[in-house]
Amino acid sequence: MSPIITATHLVKHYPGVLAVAGIDLAIPQGICFGLLGPNGAGKTTTIEMLEGILQQSSGTVLYKGEPLGARYREEVGIQFQHTALQEFLTVRETLELFERLYHHTLPIPELIELCSLADILERDTRKLSGGQRQRLLLALALINDPELIFLDEPTTGLDPQARRNFWDLIKLVKSRNKTIVLTTHYMEEAYALCDEIAIMDKGRIVAQGTPEHLLAEHFGDVVLQIPAADGENKLTELGLNAMPAGELIEIRTNRLHDTLQLLINNGVNLDRLRIRAWTLEDLFINVTGKKLNP
Amino acid sequence: MKKFLAVLHARNMEFLRDRSALAWNLAMPFMLVIGLAFTFSSGNKALYKIGLIGGIEKLHAVAPALQATQHLQFIPYDDLNLAIGKVEHHQMDMLLDVSGAPKYWVNSSSPNGYLLERIVWGTEGKNFERQLVQGAEIRYVDWFLPGILGMNMMFACLFGVGFVIVRYRKNGFLKRLKATPLGAFQFLFAQLISRLLLIMVITTIVYSGCNLFIEFNMQGSYWTLLLVTTLGAMSMIAIGLLIAARTASEELAGGLLNLLTWPMMLLSGAWFSLEGAQIWVQKLSLIFPLTHMISAARAIMNEGATLSQVMPHVLVLSLMSVIFIAVGAYVFKWE
Repeated sequence: MSPIITATHLVKHYPGVLAVAGIDLAIPQGICFGLLGPNGAGKTTTIEMLEGILQQSSGTVLYKGEPLGARYREEVGIQFQHTALQEFLTVRETLELFERLYHHTLPIPELIELCSLADILERDTRKLSGGQRQRLLLALALINDPELIFLDEPTTGLDPQARRNFWDLIKLVKSRNKTIVLTTHYMEEAYALCDEIAIMDKGRIVAQGTPEHLLAEHFGDVVLQIPAADGENKLTELGLNAMPAGELIEIRTNRLHDTLQLLINNGVNLDRLRIRAWTLEDLFINVTGKKLNP
Repeated sequence: MKKFLAVLHARNMEFLRDRSALAWNLAMPFMLVIGLAFTFSSGNKALYKIGLIGGIEKLHAVAPALQATQHLQFIPYDDLNLAIGKVEHHQMDMLLDVSGAPKYWVNSSSPNGYLLERIVWGTEGKNFERQLVQGAEIRYVDWFLPGILGMNMMFACLFGVGFVIVRYRKNGFLKRLKATPLGAFQFLFAQLISRLLLIMVITTIVYSGCNLFIEFNMQGSYWTLLLVTTLGAMSMIAIGLLIAARTASEELAGGLLNLLTWPMMLLSGAWFSLEGAQIWVQKLSLIFPLTHMISAARAIMNEGATLSQVMPHVLVLSLMSVIFIAVGAYVFKWE
């Protein structure tokens, strides 16, 4: 699939800081692309250069093969991490304000339906809950029926229920064959929504691909978890790759059948055995050496 | 045009629904006009003001005793008709012309003029040719009304636009607009027109409301006054836009706005006339749009000045508006 947006050798310098150190990206049309990374990795700087909000120090960004320009402003939708709206306007008036800023727009009733805004249309935007506000901001990002949508940490600060509702909304948008570029701190969110991810650290992309491919590439093994009380003494003698993890012992192995057989033969109690799949969070820690701090 | 109207409408709604700010914008000028009308209506003056044509050195030569008399303030004039008009409106107590055969003009209905004439008779002035003029006194309230309304407009223009844009920039609203096809000039022009409409409506309400019980003097054309005040407001809003074009800190914006408003308030003639002040102070005051707006408004209201007579002020205000808007739009940054 041809890329809708490409970045080549993208660099951003601030005085004394190299925020983005040469990034190459090609995001295919119609996918949800996740940009992950610890705080200060350069995610927001990168996404803002892709959005055309921030001027890069060097490198190029092309939208459908062309430099960012007036057409891009008409065809892109952006939901910033932090934003404010014109005060004293209702949700409906805010939608109408932004509708008039574009040539081509989605009908407002369709947008209201899509983003479940019907119940709060006449409410002052200052009086919205976190979830309602994010739905409105998403509606504003979609108002010009964009082909490419940037969502910068759209669920940060939402409660788990509101976050999952928002995921459903993003999936609905995605089903309309839109391209979404998403940054998030939540690995389960990236796993649930993204077709492809890139993990950034210190201004560079350190891993990129589909979540499944990256997990398979970085973790060829599985983790067996056994309560320490059930076999701590025996495990140390069996020559397994076992590590204590709180009240559990974790055994990493890429020969699951043989390992289980060995444990059974040595009388280890496997009644409370669990097999843990590797997650994006493991991948994240593996490639960046850092824990996520939402 | 659609984008401009959308932003214009949104800003108008924001202002009109912010009831505390709206009430303050209406109440403050009312309170100032009414309070000062009562406070300063007594018209106590420590000095007699004498217009002087021909220069102080010539006066010293022909009437040294008069020139040396204390508590007289001599204000130089070049334009005889203008100076006579001041005597007619009781804005000056007497006019002396020593450029030729010495003459003086005094208003037959001015108490100050009456007393001053007797002082002058006690000096060499008793030999001067006496010219009588007539005319009703311009009350202090008529004199300071343009100043007080102009000052209120100045605050509403500068702070109302400057602070709002800095707040928009600080809270990220401008960044959100930057992500749309809206252009900087469309945004700034919408802010300018929104504020201009609101200020003109509020000023008209305040003028009309106060006029019901104070009955202001109005010698000239309301349309000329409207033109002058509109251009004055536009130029001051444009200054607000210029200050807010890049500033992201409300503290800095507040400092810059205060730096501008205080000299403008003191030197534009809003509170007191600069006649008799140092020449450099009078020249300096001309860099402020408020000076031109107030001078033109006073000339229209109190002296019946026509459009052509206030044209220099109109041109300066127009030029200031264009320059400040152009520079503001050029240096404007969304973030």
